Order: sequence, then structure tokens, then C-alpha cells
Amino acid sequence: MACILTFVEQRDGKVRKGSLEALSEAKRLATAAGWDVCAVLVGSGIEGEATALGSYGASAVYVVDEERFARYSAEGYAAAVRAAVERCQPEALFLSATALGRDLSGRLAARLLVGCIPDVTALKLADGKLEAVRPVYSGKALATVEPGGAKPVVFTLRPNVFAAEVVGGTARIEKLPAIPADIRAVVREIVATGGGELDVAEADIIVSGGRGLKGPENFALIKALADALGGAVGASRAAVDAGWIDHAHQVGQTGKVVSPSLYVACGISGAIQHLAGMSSSKIIVAINKDPEAPIFKVADYGIVGDLFQVLPALTEEIKKLKS
Amino acid sequence: MNLCVLTAHVPDTASVIKVGAAGNRIDETGLKWVISPYDEYAMEEALKLKEARGGTVTYITYGPARAEAGLRECLARGGDAAVHVKGGEATFGDALAVARVLAAAVRKTGTFDLILVGVKGVGSDNGLVGAMVAELLDIPHVAGVTKLEVGEGSLTAHREIEGGAEVVTAPLPCCITAQKGLNEPRYPSLKGIMAAKKIPIQALSVADLGLDEGTLAGAEAGCRWRALSLPPAKSGGTIIPGEEDPAGAARQLATLLREQAKAI
Repeated sequence: MACILTFVEQRDGKVRKGSLEALSEAKRLATAAGWDVCAVLVGSGIEGEATALGSYGASAVYVVDEERFARYSAEGYAAAVRAAVERCQPEALFLSATALGRDLSGRLAARLLVGCIPDVTALKLADGKLEAVRPVYSGKALATVEPGGAKPVVFTLRPNVFAAEVVGGTARIEKLPAIPADIRAVVREIVATGGGELDVAEADIIVSGGRGLKGPENFALIKALADALGGAVGASRAAVDAGWIDHAHQVGQTGKVVSPSLYVACGISGAIQHLAGMSSSKIIVAINKDPEAPIFKVADYGIVGDLFQVLPALTEEIKKLKS
Repeated sequence: MNLCVLTAHVPDTASVIKVGAAGNRIDETGLKWVISPYDEYAMEEALKLKEARGGTVTYITYGPARAEAGLRECLARGGDAAVHVKGGEATFGDALAVARVLAAAVRKTGTFDLILVGVKGVGSDNGLVGAMVAELLDIPHVAGVTKLEVGEGSLTAHREIEGGAEVVTAPLPCCITAQKGLNEPRYPSLKGIMAAKKIPIQALSVADLGLDEGTLAGAEAGCRWRALSLPPAKSGGTIIPGEEDPAGAARQLATLLREQAKAI
């Protein structure tokens, strides 16, 4: 039976949400087409995580559980996933478009000499052929992309776009034999930035600050609202280039392109590069003192006013609503 | 130390994008073209390494005739040689095809200790070419590099991941993809612009590399852009005046977000 193989990413032994979203989307497409869904899980001491993948729709889970796969390496993981590909001969390979997934997908596609369609936001399976829609030009346009002939076609799915869904079911767990891999680029350590806070690329709610904040200390107002909402802190290029906050927070054409359910832009005028990076958010809120700011043109809700007065008030209101 | 920078020539990030007549490419009328912003970080890092360690910087691009202007811009900032593989319209957006052409061009051009490229080309936004070229050349790679130290025969790089960075070591030759934060790209000097004009740009065709663009875009294609569309325009947002009563506006917004948008 034709099948879709999903690479399931874990960090510190815990399966990441984006992978469950990718697995669920594979299941939805496969069910409609009468295809099968398999998963591959790579790491060290992670075999216990495999069972739960059955409830997201995987009928088989291939497990590569070896000490030297405890940390990610593109070369090692590509060898591991390739072993699973050879085992189940899938039509397509899904990964979540995380830092790891995006990196691995390129190495793997070149190794298999197959196409790779990254960062997709919609998928269709018709007449046995998968087709994807993905934002290009940083979200200023959408490309409908069809794969070439070689299989499996590799797709990375943008986090937060597809729903993770428990459908019930039990997976057959198959441990793969030791994988020969020549790992040259080796991760020596992982350093955390920003005290382990939520990354904008993964957040479902983002509160971003821009030039209107006037200084780095005022990001405290953004952080307070983000905390009240349970979201991540984002920033415009202007705020990053001014040195107020690290580039990891930047949303936009030379930062991260995001699609959260709620995006709150504070003191951000809405340069075309910023709009490109966030306009696919489900609900956009703008807070800006300039009623003519372009950000209001893409906003679902907005307040024209002084963010130094509006933000603390809004944070209090959110806290009240949530308590 | 021989350094190779792979660059792409892309529409300026401030461009308004429209769909072209073919329906699967942008309308290029009136666009301003620039070196892809992330490639500027790759280029700057190569020039800094050359200044510190000696050696050469070679630029390689794969694109239509206009991409030559991009190579001139690269050379104006420094560097020794440039190779222009002409073509790329048919394979546009297909990272595998682009990587196969670039890997072949690297092989034909010379032996390099380090290959540098931007973390993604603005436009196609694939972010795959660096890893693919490395795999095709059978060398290691580190993607999304924000800090780089190159030693004798090896490098240490910080690679951006969600909420942190991986510290990666790899032997040379290696490929890195440059992320914002790696350095501050320099501006070209007038002297550099003049000197760049004297450096010949080597023109190659895809056929010179032993590849066939028709096959790469056809039978061996990784993917094809079938159609291009613009995202639906938004309108009719609820905008609350908040100059006089910021607290009242905040209360109204919070209520709307909860009851109407169901976002809280």
C-alpha cells in the first residue's frame, strides 16, 4: 500500500508538537486516499515515545534508538531516516518545518535525489499526486508547487498551521538495526538564549514590539502582555537593528515568517517586509499612535493610541478575563 | 584559505510582488534587484576570513543575464573571481536542481576549504541549497550560523535553533549557511567598485557543467511552481480610537478578542 512517512522530531526525549501536526495531516490525507501512514523516530532512549504515535494515526513506527543520535546531526539523522525510507518505500516524507526539520530535509532530499517542498501551509492529495501551497517572497505570494517524479517527495509543514488530532489506533513498533553513519558536523553543546522562553517560530500567540517602544527597556511592556496571553515576544527589524532585542525575535522578511492564531503588533508601523512575515496570522491586532500606519490595513482589530498607556491597561484586562 | 560564496540575485525586499503573465512566476517589470540579504552575511564572513588568513574569495551565481550585476556588486566589496552560470528560469524554485547546478559549478571552479551561502534566498525562500550542495559534494554543513570560528582544518559554529543555539564542530572542507547576526556586511567603496570592473566574470552554461537544464526542469525535476497567487487582501478591521480613553479602548479590545475573535 502507498504510504506517507512522517519524521517525528524529539528534543530531550520529548516529541515536538509540530511533528504531531505533520503526522495528523499525513493521516488526514492518507485516510481520504486509502494510503497508509508510518512514522520514524530517531534519538537515544526514546523508544517509549513510539507507542503514543499510534494514536495520531501511524500504523507503524520505525525507531532508531542509539546513543550517538541523542543529539541532532544532519548526516546521522539523514542516514537514520533513509533506513526507514528503504523499509517502507513511501510516496512522500513529511517533517515539521522546525530548525531541525528544515535542515534535515535538504540533506536528505539531496541524498535521495528527490524534490523538497519546504514550509507548506496547505496540502492536497488527488489522483495519487500530492500538491502543496507555500508562502514565497516571505508571504507576499503563494506558490502552488507540484513535485517531480522521484519518490519520496519531501515536504516540511509549517508549525501551527495543521491541527494535531488524536484519532486512536495502535502502531506496530519496529526497531531498526544499527545505522552506519559518518557524522562529521557534531553538536558539542546546546546553549539556551533568553532563558528558555517560547520561540516566535513555534508560538501560537505573539506580541511584537517595534520602533514605537522608543528603547530596549520598554520591551518589558511587550513581555508583560505576552506573559498574560501565554505567548512569545516578537520584534520588528527596526527594534532588532537598534540593538534592543536579539535577532531570534525578529518577525519579517529577514527574520521569521510566522502564522500564529493571534499576532499583536505594538508600535510597529508595518513596513512591507514586516507585513510579509506575519500577515498569514489568523487574527492580527495593531496598537499604534498613527492612524495612517500600514499595519492597520491588515489588522482585524486595532487601537489608535499611545502604547505606553494602552499596553498596561490591556495586560490588566487580559489578566482579569483569564482569572 | 580558499573560500567560495554562492549568491543569488533577488528582488529588493521592499518590492511589491505581482503575478506575471505566465501565472507561475512574478511580474519582473520595474523591480529593483539586489544580492539576496542573507548572502551578504555569507560574503562578509568570507571577506573577513580572507583578510585574517589570506587566500581567495570566489563568487558563484546561477541565474539569467541580469544576475551579472549582482556579481559585480559582490566583487565591489572585495573578492578575487566570479563565475556566472547562465540560466535558471526553468529550474526556478526547485532547490534540488539549483543545488545540482551549483555543486557542479563549485567542482569545476576549484577546490575550496569553505563554501558559504545565505541561510535562504529571498523569494523562493527554500533555505535548502546549502545543505543540498554540501550533500552533493560529500562535505559536512552547518545551517543558520550566527557565529563562526575557523581553525586549522576545522571550524566551530553556532547554529540558531528554537530558543537557543547548537555549538557545532566540523572538519574542513565544509559548507555553512549564514544567518542574520553573523556580522555586519560592509558597503562597497568607490575604489572597490572601480577595481571590480577589471575582474573578468567567467560565464558558463549549464551544458558546460555536463548537465541539461531541460532534464533538470523536466524528467529529473524535484518540484515545479505550477501557479502563483497573491494572498487574499484583508479589509474592514475594527479600529478603536484610544487617544482619549486608553483604558476603555483596552477593555473593549479585550472583550472583542475574547467574545468575537475567540482568540483568548
